[in-house]
Amino acid sequence: MKLPIFLDNHSTSPMDQRVLDAMLPYFVEKFGNAASRNHAFGWAAEEAVENARKQIAKLIKADPKEIVFTSGATESDNLAIKGVLEMYKEKGDHIITSSTEHRAVIDTAKSLEAKGKATATYLPVDKYGMVNPEDVRNAITDKTVLISVMLANNEIGTINPVKEIGKIAKEKGILFHCDATQGVGKIPVDVQDMGIDLMSFSAHKIYGPKGVGALYVRKKNPRVRIAAQIDGGGHERGMRSGTLPVPLIVGFGKACELCEQEMATESARLTAMRDRLQTEIMKSLEESYLNGHPTQRLPHNLNISFAYVEGESLLMGMKDIALSSGSACTSATLEPSYVLRALGVGVELAHSSIRFGLGRFNTDEEIDYTIKKVIEIVTKLREMSPLYEMAKEGVDLKSVQWAAH
Amino acid sequence: MAYSDKVVDHFNNPRNMGSFKKDEEGVGTGMVGAPECGDVMKLQIKVQNDTIVDAKFKTFGCGSAIASSSLATEWLKGKTIEEAQQIKNTDIVQELNLPPVKIHCSVLAEDAIKAALADYQKKADSK
Repeated sequence: MKLPIFLDNHSTSPMDQRVLDAMLPYFVEKFGNAASRNHAFGWAAEEAVENARKQIAKLIKADPKEIVFTSGATESDNLAIKGVLEMYKEKGDHIITSSTEHRAVIDTAKSLEAKGKATATYLPVDKYGMVNPEDVRNAITDKTVLISVMLANNEIGTINPVKEIGKIAKEKGILFHCDATQGVGKIPVDVQDMGIDLMSFSAHKIYGPKGVGALYVRKKNPRVRIAAQIDGGGHERGMRSGTLPVPLIVGFGKACELCEQEMATESARLTAMRDRLQTEIMKSLEESYLNGHPTQRLPHNLNISFAYVEGESLLMGMKDIALSSGSACTSATLEPSYVLRALGVGVELAHSSIRFGLGRFNTDEEIDYTIKKVIEIVTKLREMSPLYEMAKEGVDLKSVQWAAH
Repeated sequence: MAYSDKVVDHFNNPRNMGSFKKDEEGVGTGMVGAPECGDVMKLQIKVQNDTIVDAKFKTFGCGSAIASSSLATEWLKGKTIEEAQQIKNTDIVQELNLPPVKIHCSVLAEDAIKAALADYQKKADSK
């Protein structure tokens, strides 16, 4: 077993060697611009792009013409939301989204609000992090032009009832955008069945290269139109200008193809490893709490709060395992995870959370090592924790007058 | 963010981790911070003839908070009450090479020292 172990697959994933092999010819040998219509270099590039478009579309049950390439899911989210709000501004300016969305969605909505270009409703979620479709229905006004709800959450792995939301959107004639970055390639996605009109996802979460993503834009029933946010050569049917990064797109296509072929076996393998990790840790450590939905969650996600110890110190104590935490000390904003807060998880427990993100290349041996390390470090840090000591003495920590600083 | 070697050393090998009984003769206890803020420090001193003969800590917090309190106990031992009052958070920042986002850990450690000294003083005065 090689250290360090990578268990942070929600942040990014290592590229699959097979993906790299597919990409390599498109750097030096086949370097053409896919938009060059008049020579062999361009044709070779175009053919590679169109092949990738097919591979990607197949994974999400879309038509290849409905795939718009972007630089990644953040750009896709921006393009979908800003593009729809701008295109349909005569119809209305209201967007419905949820409080646990990725910041690429929430901050895009906030930025539109701040500029006076939109009004937004941020729906609450239940204690498992799930959006209630009826809340979506009730939030709809005659000014609503877009519903944007994620497929699966990046911190807690909870999978939203997207199909039900899609049905309501269709019924009311409102466009439905879904940020599916964490779900595509991991769980079955069918844009027809789920009633999705626009969908964001990216390559680097599914063992493909960084720097490329896609926005699915429905072509019929209804034909969705978006206002381009980048002006230029009119690539991607005018929706996203800019020379296509052919090698990245080829890698994205290959990554999607591999996910499609291996999803069933890989998802079963990851679920078994994740369940073992969860069971072994939680049975050995009292007052450890699962964050997110117990069953409706991504197969490779596990998020646990360990009461009385702080997340960053847990990560520091497990330096040879790459993990992430909802603790304030690990975030750029110095605030504990807003996702966990939205679930009603107390601030203390949000500070104490650890996210495990399993992936294609993790082994049982790595999981064994992680189980052992987590139990060791939590036990050690609890011995060091005044809060654990007080709790053991029977002090109710909520009754203590803390000097907040 | 990379931690300094000293922070890592204090984190992996904390000095004087543990507790004294609060009502023990000559013990002063300082508890500062709040769970909601992500750090709570408990710092205790044991005083004989105006000199700190022993010190202990327990900390809930990040690595830098643990290191700051561990270092504080090391520095407190052998100091007189008067000398202990002089320990400044900036000394801790310098010794541990703390980055700006972790300065509050050193502030908390200074507060914990002051709180422990004040608690000892209060107990001594009430006799």
